[in-house]
Amino acid sequence: MSAPFSPVLAGHASPEAEAPRTPRNVLHRGGPSNPSAGRIQQRFPDAFVRAEVVWGDTTVFVKPEHVFAVISYLHDDAAEQYDYLSDVTAVEYRDLELPIEMVWHLRSLPHRRFLRLKAQLPKGQPLRIASVWPIYKGADWLERECYDMFGIVFEGHPDLRRILLWEQYKEGFPLRKDFPLRGRFSRSEQLRQALAANPEARYSMEELKIADAFEDLPQDMRRRLAGGEKTGE
Amino acid sequence: MGLAPRPDRTTVTVDPQSQEGWVTTKLDFLVNWGRANSLWPMPFGTACCAIEFMATAASRFDLARFGMERMAFSPRQADVLICAGRVPFKLAPVIRRIYQQMPQPKWVISMGACASTGGMFDNYAVVQGIDTIIPVDVYVPGCPPRPEGLIYGIMMLQEKIKRERMSDNTLRTEIEPDPSSNLYIPPTMIDELSEPFGNSVHQTRSGL
Repeated sequence: MSAPFSPVLAGHASPEAEAPRTPRNVLHRGGPSNPSAGRIQQRFPDAFVRAEVVWGDTTVFVKPEHVFAVISYLHDDAAEQYDYLSDVTAVEYRDLELPIEMVWHLRSLPHRRFLRLKAQLPKGQPLRIASVWPIYKGADWLERECYDMFGIVFEGHPDLRRILLWEQYKEGFPLRKDFPLRGRFSRSEQLRQALAANPEARYSMEELKIADAFEDLPQDMRRRLAGGEKTGE
Repeated sequence: MGLAPRPDRTTVTVDPQSQEGWVTTKLDFLVNWGRANSLWPMPFGTACCAIEFMATAASRFDLARFGMERMAFSPRQADVLICAGRVPFKLAPVIRRIYQQMPQPKWVISMGACASTGGMFDNYAVVQGIDTIIPVDVYVPGCPPRPEGLIYGIMMLQEKIKRERMSDNTLRTEIEPDPSSNLYIPPTMIDELSEPFGNSVHQTRSGL
């Protein structure tokens, strides 16, 4: 942690790393696979489901219960060094029989590689998956957004609450296919709930850091929080 | 619709039937002339309409010609709230609060399709017209409106201000939202105002 800062040069760990390919010579299906996919298959035979290459990008499907172990390996192993988590998201397909897919976009700057990791969460049971926050601190808001929009619970996340919608939002998870486009309530009810919000409230007890720091807060802030100040109804 | 022919302002006609005297009408004229030509806008820009608003304020279209060169980024010093862009439900209490903080006399221009009706965003997150939250004086259509469109709306507002009468005591009353629901118009009217229209009626609905 206290090591002096040294810039990461893309591709420095693999001098033979290929130059980035142009869209002109990329196949739709097939083509050279990311070598990490084969190593995941060797090292985690129980977790590995399948791998495919689409438009030059490799997607590895793993079992949801092994996601944390696989991402830990990808982050820590010297041959992988996936040091940048660029996105955490989910996909629900219109065919409701299909499972919800969790997606992690991982990038290795030293090896100049990109890997898409997917895990399928079956319907009809609670949507739970391990949080990768202990590995990538940047996953905090990405997972909160995913929870906000899909209702997927990330186990081990330190502060899992809504991020885009307000904390008292009652209508559900908007990007789920069973969510009506205009919301569940009438427009007047939606407006009534929205106008009940207090624009002055900047702190909420549900915020982990505020609850921890309560004793150290200034007097007026403690009084406001102890009085039950919330951002909405 | 549109701008009525400008009334002749060089002479003051006295209507014997009217209850208003010569002095009050003359004072009205003076006050309204002053108000209409020194409107200080409070820009509430949330989307691409704000870009057109900035273009309107810049040198080519030059909002200063209308006495609006001073943008009041504080509601306490503003006369006209120009809502440029879509307003999500999360911002609804904010724009209501800003409107309530503005001192009388105050006016509201709803700029663009999204602020006026929700526009193409007929979804769970966007307010279907800011007139469900605050009273609106002038609606400027367009997606986004060109600066000429906004200037036309501002001129309509100026005409409206020039026709105000001091004796009309309904003009300066504050809206008083219903304390239980915070709505200032009945919920049935909000639902009616928010009804889908046009292509929006036929959009794919995912309700199961």
